Amino acid sequence: MTQAERPADEQLDGPRVVPFGDGAVLVELADLAAVQALDSAIWALRDGSAPGAFAAVVDQVPAARTLLLRVADEGDPGALATAVAQAWTHRPTSTVHAETETVELEVTYDGDDLDDVAELTGLTVAQVVARHAAGQYTVAFGGFMPGFAYLTGLDAALRVPRLASPRQKVPAGAVAIADEFTAVYPAATPGGWRLLGRCDAQLFDVDRDPPALLRPGTRVRFVARDGR
Amino acid sequence: MIRVLDPGVLTLVQDLGRPGWAHIGVGRSGAADAGSLRLGNRLVANDTGAAGLEVLLGGLRFQVTVPTTVAVTGAPGPVWVDGTPVAHNAVLELAAGAELRVGTSPVGLRSYVAVRGGIDVPSVLGSRSTDQLAGIGPEPVGAGDVLPVGPAPDEWPVVDLAVTGGWPTDVVLPVLPGPQADWFDHGLVVLSSGDYVVTPATNRVALRLDGSAVARPEHRELPSAGLVPGAVQIPPDAQPVVFGVDHPVTGGYPVLAVVRRRALDSLGQVRPGDRVRFVLG
Repeated sequence: MTQAERPADEQLDGPRVVPFGDGAVLVELADLAAVQALDSAIWALRDGSAPGAFAAVVDQVPAARTLLLRVADEGDPGALATAVAQAWTHRPTSTVHAETETVELEVTYDGDDLDDVAELTGLTVAQVVARHAAGQYTVAFGGFMPGFAYLTGLDAALRVPRLASPRQKVPAGAVAIADEFTAVYPAATPGGWRLLGRCDAQLFDVDRDPPALLRPGTRVRFVARDGR
Repeated sequence: MIRVLDPGVLTLVQDLGRPGWAHIGVGRSGAADAGSLRLGNRLVANDTGAAGLEVLLGGLRFQVTVPTTVAVTGAPGPVWVDGTPVAHNAVLELAAGAELRVGTSPVGLRSYVAVRGGIDVPSVLGSRSTDQLAGIGPEPVGAGDVLPVGPAPDEWPVVDLAVTGGWPTDVVLPVLPGPQADWFDHGLVVLSSGDYVVTPATNRVALRLDGSAVARPEHRELPSAGLVPGAVQIPPDAQPVVFGVDHPVTGGYPVLAVVRRRALDSLGQVRPGDRVRFVLG
């Protein structure tokens, strides 16, 4: 999203920086787009030659409405509020870096919840698959487990609630949806998202650099295998 | 090398953890009482970040295959070399073939064995720590395991013994208001009004407490947000959960308070049945 496209009220609604103990701050933001904009802006500063107060940051954790900044053991998070305000003012007009890679994931759409999702959305199974595979997704944030990525860009017609009670075991590689997100499970785990299919990609490998295939900012496309 | 005869209840390889990966779902992990590991490493003249052994409730027995310098710190249990009692917080020179045994301490939860040269298992994402939540890093130490020891550092131990303060009988946790403190009516007052008992459902991920219920006046949904060790979260059952070193990188319940960094090591040493008290400030 470019700055010009942002609604006027959102531009006025800047970040709120609250202390998170004496070693971190939590930045509260209006929405996910604001989180992504600030997250990219701070990464750019940390990767650049003049990180300023962000030099003390060791972990930067975006989430749905917040960005956590944790400093090193002896670091002082006190200077971060001013630095965040400045980073917000000078945030890039586009949240997507030009060099951001696109990852294509081949999916076999044979998930256990396809029929339920079709029923919940009023679509046919073929339409559910077509709409999911047509999406252009971006990794908003991680969490939950190593390599797990919350992808935004899901077709609004596919928004369905999580399962009322989570499955005991979701297989590794399961492609799933819940609320406004889609994701791929990197490893077998209990989980409450609705399963549309599966892919073979190795999402997380500690011996690979980088270890996570999908990182905040990565763009993702799903390609239906054998037309299904 | 170290040949493990008995790991006791649970022995893990730990260093100071792997910061910098939280955005891909990998937490920092590391020694639950980092100060004790640092002290041990200083005694044997290692880098403070060298990997050692974190021994839960004692019971570890191992044999060294070559002359090896070690120090045992943390929970002050008895320590024996070939059956002879030796000092805690001290530089111990083990001859080839000697057996070290770490006993169970009457207080505290975790002892640390620092080894000159460091435990040299393969590093994963820059750390040799076992993260029990994420399942990253070496497996827990098992009987029969042979643990490699790294090359000795250039420096030599400068003291024989470290004098530390007595073990605290009363665990006081200084806290600051958390990001959602204003979701609660008098939540910080309730939290700091009495003792909480550490329950058995306590591990490196979190301390689960039992005491005065911290009620929330209304149910509000909180989108998941990043966490730090020491975050005091209030789940729906109103009993506080204090996150430890292997905490999940994000959490979805309100954080009422956050333990100050200087008190985090004590979170790694309280044991089920102990009482803790929160103090604001």
